Amino acid sequence: MFEYAPAPESRDIVDIKPSYGLFIDGEFVDADTSFKTVNPASEEVLAEIAEANAADVDRAVAAARRAYDGVWSRLPAAERAKYLFRIARIIQERSRELAVLESIDNGKPIRESRDVDVPLVAAHFFYYAGWADKLEYAVRDPRPLGVAGQVIPWNFPLLMLAWKIAPALACGNTVVLKPAETTPLTALAFAEICRQADLPPGVVNIVTGAGETGRALVEHDGIDKVAFTGSTEVGRQIARAVAGTGRRLTLELGGKAANVIFDDAPLDQAVEGIVNGIFFNQGHVCCAGSRLLVQESVADELLDRLKTRMATLRVGDPLDKNTDVGAINSAAQLEKIRMLSEVGEKEGATRWSPPCELPDRGFWFAPTVFTGVAQSHRIAREEIFGPVLSVLTFRTPQEAVEKANNTPYGLSAGVWTEKGSRILWMAERLRAGVVWANTFNKFDPASPFGGYKESGFGREGGRHGLEAYLQ
Amino acid sequence: MGDAVCVSTETLPGLVTGTAELRRFLHGLPGVDQVGAEERAARLATRSIKKSAKAEAIDLAISMVDLTTLEGADTPGKVRALCAKGMHPDPSDASVPRVAAICVYSDLVAEAVRALAGSGIGVASVATAFPSGRAPLDAKLADTRRAVEDGASEIDMVIDRGAFLAGDYAKVHDEIVAIKAECGEAHLKVILETGELVTYDNVRRASWLAMMAGADFIKTSTGKVSPAATLPVTLVMLEAVRDYRARTGRQVGVKPAGGIRTTKDAIKHLVLVNETAGPDWLTPEWFRIGASSLLNDLLMQRRKLTTGVYAGPDYFTLD
Amino acid sequence: MTDRLSVRKTYKLYVGGAFPRSESGRSYAVNDAKGNFLANASRASRKDVRDAVVAARKAQAGWAARTAYNRGQILYRVAEMLEGRRDQFTEELRATGLAKNAARAEVDAAVDRWVWYAGWADKIAQVTGAANPVSGPFFNFSTPEPTGVVGIVAPDGPLLGLVSVLAPVVVAGNTAVVVAAEPAPLPAVTLGEVLATSDVPGGVINILTGHRAELAPWLASHMDVNGLDLTGAGEELAAECEKAAAENLKRVLRPAGNDWTADPGTVRMTTFLETKTVWHPVGV
Repeated sequence: MFEYAPAPESRDIVDIKPSYGLFIDGEFVDADTSFKTVNPASEEVLAEIAEANAADVDRAVAAARRAYDGVWSRLPAAERAKYLFRIARIIQERSRELAVLESIDNGKPIRESRDVDVPLVAAHFFYYAGWADKLEYAVRDPRPLGVAGQVIPWNFPLLMLAWKIAPALACGNTVVLKPAETTPLTALAFAEICRQADLPPGVVNIVTGAGETGRALVEHDGIDKVAFTGSTEVGRQIARAVAGTGRRLTLELGGKAANVIFDDAPLDQAVEGIVNGIFFNQGHVCCAGSRLLVQESVADELLDRLKTRMATLRVGDPLDKNTDVGAINSAAQLEKIRMLSEVGEKEGATRWSPPCELPDRGFWFAPTVFTGVAQSHRIAREEIFGPVLSVLTFRTPQEAVEKANNTPYGLSAGVWTEKGSRILWMAERLRAGVVWANTFNKFDPASPFGGYKESGFGREGGRHGLEAYLQ
Repeated sequence: MGDAVCVSTETLPGLVTGTAELRRFLHGLPGVDQVGAEERAARLATRSIKKSAKAEAIDLAISMVDLTTLEGADTPGKVRALCAKGMHPDPSDASVPRVAAICVYSDLVAEAVRALAGSGIGVASVATAFPSGRAPLDAKLADTRRAVEDGASEIDMVIDRGAFLAGDYAKVHDEIVAIKAECGEAHLKVILETGELVTYDNVRRASWLAMMAGADFIKTSTGKVSPAATLPVTLVMLEAVRDYRARTGRQVGVKPAGGIRTTKDAIKHLVLVNETAGPDWLTPEWFRIGASSLLNDLLMQRRKLTTGVYAGPDYFTLD
Repeated sequence: MTDRLSVRKTYKLYVGGAFPRSESGRSYAVNDAKGNFLANASRASRKDVRDAVVAARKAQAGWAARTAYNRGQILYRVAEMLEGRRDQFTEELRATGLAKNAARAEVDAAVDRWVWYAGWADKIAQVTGAANPVSGPFFNFSTPEPTGVVGIVAPDGPLLGLVSVLAPVVVAGNTAVVVAAEPAPLPAVTLGEVLATSDVPGGVINILTGHRAELAPWLASHMDVNGLDLTGAGEELAAECEKAAAENLKRVLRPAGNDWTADPGTVRMTTFLETKTVWHPVGV
């Protein structure tokens, strides 16, 4: 009886231009070809985006090199810090605009872009601004690398930009960054922010484009460092390409995280943690808790509670302030999620989704849980990168560890128990770069993030995040 | 429900007795992680309730108010004025619903019953040496008996927090059972005084203890201790009534009281009910808000929705 | 140029977020470098010290409980407000005898110093904390925590010196009672006005003006003060204060040759930090 009326965040705050150029040497410049970015919730074309070719990437790298040699590497560290503080403040000042833009281009709920993405972006710049003039307290004889080529994914467009650019600049490097082709708009807004901050031209360059642009960037001779976040498959290609060049490399790749629930867990909060673990950002999260490992003695009760909770998830218009699950980012991604879900059914797992009405236009996928999943099923092994949870059970902590670690990935893991010593026992054994205990999907600029095994190497965030950008 | 808790369904209401057994049962309930519970409540508080939903929520909230006066300075005149307000919250607008009940001290029940005759509004009486609960059981029983005789339709009792914190669950339980026996037809609301129980684990255990002893409602606070009703406390209690019904089939109501002063607060609580216990609880029969100043804020916001301009306090009666 | 009579400011104390005069009703004349009268500054008494310590104690738990990020944001906000008052501070420093360029340079350095410390809020624990590999099935880690209320006898450098002793004390969650530079207290009072408009909770920083020799011993002997920075105390006063501070084992920073233009290092922060080590078993 208590239906929430639509509560749409106003789009008026953003001003999307019909077309965008590349941001090179402090100016927006045209390219020969372009592509379109669409709103995944409506399939509406938002803008024409310049597509950088090899020559454009050349120009961007050259601009970054000039800025590095001429300005940025010579600037006193305290002055670098103040530029980054400025950027952090402008992001805070323009937070609502950035949140709306992110939701329109990416499909994520405004509640998340407003309460999670954008505040974390500002915090990340703020945090690394403080490091810029304290590097010698973190490492001995800190020296920047030079020009960094950075390629980021579409799941957290502006946040991944912040994770890449903030530490790079703080350490004294200049950057050429390529945002994902489906989500370039906030990176281009960030380019404007750099101008508002009077950042010297060429310190930050944004080249938009798809895989070819990315390849031209990471294989460019003029860069000293490659930083990539994205799929393990592309990460492997990049590692091959960089091999033998002497260029530094950090990779933050895929995951298939286990979220382990013991029978003495705080169940209501565990349910929230599971929901947040897999349905946050439509499951487009490399560290998503996509494998739920439940102790058998509590499995039925937990699943009942989980399903009840899933039925309250509100799927729909990303700009509605009450939306919990937004749109899948692209048709291609939707197709992949559908395909793997069908495979899950064929392999014999039981599929369940709460009744939920999906909009006619746009890319949508209902929150889905598979029970009766075995370690051998593809949906237990492959990264789906969507709102799809695979449920497995275990009997003993040893078994939980074995199953959790039985994957080529190792980005993150969750442990739910009220017993402190068991949390630490599990954390010691889990082969994952981040272990969340009685919480999930928590991020903080002060906290290092990154993977074991095929989830990549290098850490972003915290003191450790500096190492990726210093000699 | 599964078998995480080792007491079977049949033996549950009223039959788990004795401190040791109660302790085993209550301490076998799943724990509440403070950070997670507060995060969940805070997230639900970001729900944006607009336009038609807001209008609906405001009227619902008005109809759930237990309009309360619990002051040492209370007089029959004050109580009569409050009753008049409860029957016609906005004299200039007949479409405003009446409140659910008027909540007073036990010696003023008769006055309230007279004033509300025929209105359909309940009279709730605090009892059992409210607010501290520090009196001999005889006195608490007599207090309750008298309120019921004078016509109270609802009794708001306080639990013995000292006994609860000392682990004497049987004493708390048996006292509730004894008071319940004095209530007759009257509904029994059991006040946990969560501000003195401090932890959410205690709130969950006290909720179950009260329900197992026969409470018709569980209520957060007396309003005399800070913090009173907070969103996470209400959340934990709503989870308790939801789980209790799933296990026993019996539905128990929830009443946050104290500290809910604005329409925004009230709507946040309704969202919590909607998304935690579920719509079954979204009626005055199963959810109440103990408040006094809240009512005028609800009326002001209601008028803003109908007129489009912000109202001022001079246009609403103070009783 | 104009015969308009200026409206002068009353320089008061800054205690608990408010600007009281000294309870003693006393003041002392502050002159510029040439000996011309500038203003009457409040001359705080031992009772003002007592009130300031109460205010600092009241604010301490809440200040320490804020996230490091939040403290960093608030301190950065202070730097923003300082920047907005560069001209005023420059004038006040010129009155102490600095040439215009030197005064401006000192103000700029003070703002940058404040920014530097703001950045430490969420980093000091990452530099001084540790995970300790103990022999046994235990998880063991050490983290810094603020000492509590710190009394500061500020040095004569009326702005850069003040900022350099004050910011490191409060950044990690301590609260402070400052005895401002005795000969040139006016920039300290102006700093109080900056703090009052910068989201710094009342009581976190309390600024007293007056005679060091009168006030410092009361801070030093106060049993509810946990740390004492004697940078601005002369040798004799410092020795007396250090002795008094021993009574409740205050953490003491002794006066030393201070070059405010050098990299300050972390010692001004770590002096007023406790290290807490936590053991927890690891087991199934």
